[in-house]
Amino acid sequence: MSVGTALPHESAALHVSGEALFVDDRRALEGELHLAVGGSPVAHGRLRAVDLSAVRAAPGVRAVLTAEDIPGRNDCGPIVEDDPILAAEALRFVGQPVFAVVADSQRLARQAARLAKFDIVELPAILDARSAHERGEFVLPPQVIRRGDTESVLRNAARRYSGRLWVGGQEHFYLEGQITVAAPGEDGQMEVWCSTQHPSEMQRLIAAALGRDAGQIRVETRRMGGGFGGKESQSAQFACLAAIAADALGCPVKCRLDRDDDMRLTGKRHAVEYDYEVGCDSDGRIQALQLRMLFDAGHSADLSGPVATRALCHVDNAYFLPAVDLKAHSCRTHKVSNTAFRGFGGPQGAFAIEYILDDIARDRGVDALDLRKAHFYSDGAQTTPYGQPVEAPLIGRIVEELEQSSDYRARRAAIDAFNRDSPVLRRGLALTPVKFGISFNVVHFNQAGALVQIYLDGSVRVNHGGTEMGQGLHTKIGQLVADELGIGLERLRVTATDTGKIPNTSATAASTGSDLNGMAALRAAHTLRRRLADFVAAREGIDAALLEFADGRVCGGGFDAPFEQVVRQAYGHRVQLWSDGFYATPDLHWDRERLQGHPFYYFAWGAAVSEVAIDTLTGEYRILRADLLHDAGRSLNPAIDIGQIEGGFVQGAGWLTREELHWNERGELLTHAPSTYKIPAVSDTPADFRVRLFDADNHRPTVMRSKAVGEPPLLLGFSVFFALRDAIASVGGGRVSPPLDAPATPEAVLRAVEACRGGTG
Amino acid sequence: MKLRINGGQQEVEGADPDTPLLWVLRDHLGMLGAKYGCGIGQCGACTVLIDGEPTPSCLIRAADVGDAHIETIEGLAGDDGLHPVQQAWIDEQVPQCGYCQSGQILTAVALLRNNPQPSRDEIDRKMSAVLCRCGSYPRILKAIAKLSEE
Repeated sequence: MSVGTALPHESAALHVSGEALFVDDRRALEGELHLAVGGSPVAHGRLRAVDLSAVRAAPGVRAVLTAEDIPGRNDCGPIVEDDPILAAEALRFVGQPVFAVVADSQRLARQAARLAKFDIVELPAILDARSAHERGEFVLPPQVIRRGDTESVLRNAARRYSGRLWVGGQEHFYLEGQITVAAPGEDGQMEVWCSTQHPSEMQRLIAAALGRDAGQIRVETRRMGGGFGGKESQSAQFACLAAIAADALGCPVKCRLDRDDDMRLTGKRHAVEYDYEVGCDSDGRIQALQLRMLFDAGHSADLSGPVATRALCHVDNAYFLPAVDLKAHSCRTHKVSNTAFRGFGGPQGAFAIEYILDDIARDRGVDALDLRKAHFYSDGAQTTPYGQPVEAPLIGRIVEELEQSSDYRARRAAIDAFNRDSPVLRRGLALTPVKFGISFNVVHFNQAGALVQIYLDGSVRVNHGGTEMGQGLHTKIGQLVADELGIGLERLRVTATDTGKIPNTSATAASTGSDLNGMAALRAAHTLRRRLADFVAAREGIDAALLEFADGRVCGGGFDAPFEQVVRQAYGHRVQLWSDGFYATPDLHWDRERLQGHPFYYFAWGAAVSEVAIDTLTGEYRILRADLLHDAGRSLNPAIDIGQIEGGFVQGAGWLTREELHWNERGELLTHAPSTYKIPAVSDTPADFRVRLFDADNHRPTVMRSKAVGEPPLLLGFSVFFALRDAIASVGGGRVSPPLDAPATPEAVLRAVEACRGGTG
Repeated sequence: MKLRINGGQQEVEGADPDTPLLWVLRDHLGMLGAKYGCGIGQCGACTVLIDGEPTPSCLIRAADVGDAHIETIEGLAGDDGLHPVQQAWIDEQVPQCGYCQSGQILTAVALLRNNPQPSRDEIDRKMSAVLCRCGSYPRILKAIAKLSEE
C-alpha cells in the first residue's frame, strides 16, 4: 500500500537534477516569437490615442497588436466581463496593457514596448478602499451575513469595544512567473502550454478572444513553479495575448512576463479595511459582532465576489458567535485587480475575529488562549453565521493537545517573568486556532473527472482535471490509483493536465484538488479493477470478491497471476482497459442571495503556538519557536501534507509580518521586485519548529478519509502576528492593546512599541 | 565565446557577449536547470557556481565569466549517482514546486564545501540568497543538518 505513506513527490528526482520541465524549459518551436506588453502610464485616464510607430519600427519587432486586432471578445474576466485583454479607451491602473509587441526576443519586445507615445486625459484616481467606499465606487454589490438582532444585543451588552484595522495585500511571488506558449495548428486549432491553475478557463477565454469554439483550443499544464492562487484567473490575460498573437502571425508565440511586469500587472491578495463593534458579557464572551470589511478589489471584479463570500464565511473562524452583522464591500480602486491567494479571503475574514479576541482578552486581563477556548465550537449542533452545522468540531481536542505538547502554560509564565526583567528585548507568545471550510463556495464547481488507461504491458497512465503546482497532487493521485490496481508506482504515470482529455474542469483551488480529482481517479481505477476481477472470476469460475490486487498480482480463490498477464488476457477477450471516473461532492447547497446554506462538505482544523522575541529599540524580531498541530484527516501522504503545513505557516507569517506592498500617490507600485518586496527567507524559519499531524479520520467519506490541506495551514501564521503583539503589549504592562496593522514590519513594531510607551506615560 | 562548464569546454555560437550567463546557458547551451526568477540577482533561482561561489547567472555577462569554472545543476551528479546534497534533498523531501531548487542545491553545495558543519547563522547568511515561495526552508535546514552530521 502506498496511500498513507510518506513517499517523495513524483517529480523529486527531476526537481533535484534540474530536469523537471517547466513551460519555459520547453524546446523552442520553429519560428517561436516573444511577446511583451505596453501599458497605461497613469492610474486612471482616458486614452485619446497611442502612437505606436516607433514601437513598430524598433529592431526585431514583427507585429504590434491593439484591442482592434482581437478577432473575438476583448475580455478575460473569469466571472464578470469587465477585464479587457487590451484596454481600448478607459485606463484603470498603471501598466494596464494597451498593446502587445511581438518580437524576435523578449528583450527586444520589452525595449520596443517602451517607445509608445500616449495621448491621455488623466483623471483623478482612487487608490484605497476607504476612499472608494466613501465615493460609492464598487465592482460588485455588497454581501451581508446576519444572524440575530445585533443592534439590540450590542446596546445591552455589558462591555462594548470598537475599532479599526487594516491588513495589507500579498504578492504571490511564485518563483516561476506567468508564462504561456501558444502555437497555431491546422484548421484554426490552437495548442497552448500555460502555467495555470485553471486550464479549462484558459481554453474558454482564449476561444472567446479568438471567436472560435472551445473544442478548437487545447491547453496543457504539466507543472507550475508555484501558483498560490495567482495563476487561477490571472494567467488568462497573457494566455489570451499569446494565443491572439500566434493566431495573427501564424507562428508560435511565447509570453513570459518579466518579474517587474508580473508584479505590476497581476493582482494580489486583497488588502482589507475593517471597522468593528463588538459586545461582550462581563467575562469577555462575545454576544454580538458588527463588522464591515472593505476589500481593495482593484479596477475590476475578477474573483473579488467569491473572495468576499469566503471571507464572510470565515469571520467566525473556530468560534460560535451568537449574533452577527457582517458586511463586505468590494471597492473599486485604480489599481491592479486583486484576486485569489491561498485562503481566498478566508484568512482576511478569520484575522478580524482573532484581532478582536486579542483586544478583549488584554482589556479583561485574561489569557487570550482562555478567552479563545471559551468561544470554540464545541458540539455539532452549533451553526455558523451562514447556517451550517459545525459537525465534528475538533478544535477543542487539537488545542488541548497542543497546549500540552507545546508546554504553553509554563512558557507563558516564563515569558512574563523574562519580560519583567528585560528592558530591551521582549518576548511574546500566542496560540491561534484555525477552522477552514472545504469545498468551492459555488456548488457546481465541486465536480471533477479523471481518466485511467491500462496498456497491454500492464503500465498505466492517469489523467485528471487538477493541476500540479508543487502541492503534490499528482503524487497523491498516483498513490490512490496504484493501490487500487495493486501495482507499483513505477508502473504508473500521472500525465499533464490537458483540456483535450478531461473537459470543463474546475480550477485547482479551494484546497479541493485531491478531494475532487482523487475521488474521480479512484472511481476510474475501481471500475477497471472491477472489470478485470469480473473477467477473471467468470473465466476461472470463482467469486470476484475473493480477488485481491496487490504487489503487481491478481490473486485469490486459487487464482494467482501477474497484473500484466490478466490485462493481456482481458484485452484478448475485448474487455475495455480504460475508464473515466467522475465525482461530485454531495450534500452541498448555497443560497447566493441570502448567503445561507451548507457550502462546505467539512471543515479542516488546526492550531499553532508561536514564540517571538522583539528588540524594543529597533523593532526587529525573530520567531524563536513554533508548534503546529494540524488536521489533514487520514493523511494520503504525511510528508506532502506536513510540507504544505510548514509552507503555509511560512507564507501566512510572511503576509502578516514581512511582506509590504507600497503604491505611491500616482498609483505606481514601488515594490515590484524582490529587492523591495520581501518574502520570507530561510532565516525567517523558527529556530525551533515542531510540526505534527492531528490523528483523526475525516468524519465524512472523503477519499480515504483524508482532508484537504492546501490553504488552511496559511492561517497558522496568525500566531506569529499575535505573539508579536503580545511582546509589544508587555512594554505597556500588558493591559493596553498595541495599535498594530498588518504587515507587522519591524518599522510597524517599533511604532507600536513607541505607542505603548506613550500610553503608559 | 568559450565557457568552462562542469569540467568541460563549451563553445557558444551566436550569442551577444552582453547576454547574461543565464540566457546563454538556457537558450544557447540547452542547460535548463538554472531558472529565470527576477533578473536582478535577488531571488537566487538562476544561481550557478562560478569558481565555487554561488552567483546569480542573470546578473553576470557571459563574456565576463572568462576562464572561470561554471558549475550548474546538470554537472552535479556523478557516474555513481546523485550528489549527496541532491540525495539529501530527496530524502528530506525538500522540493515542492521545484522551481528554485537548483539554486538552493548549488548554494548548499558551496556552503558545505567551505564548511562541512555550518552554524545556523552561517546557513541563514548563505542560504537566504535563494528564495523559496513554497516555504521548503524547514526541510532545507533538515537536509543541511543531516549532511553536516555525515
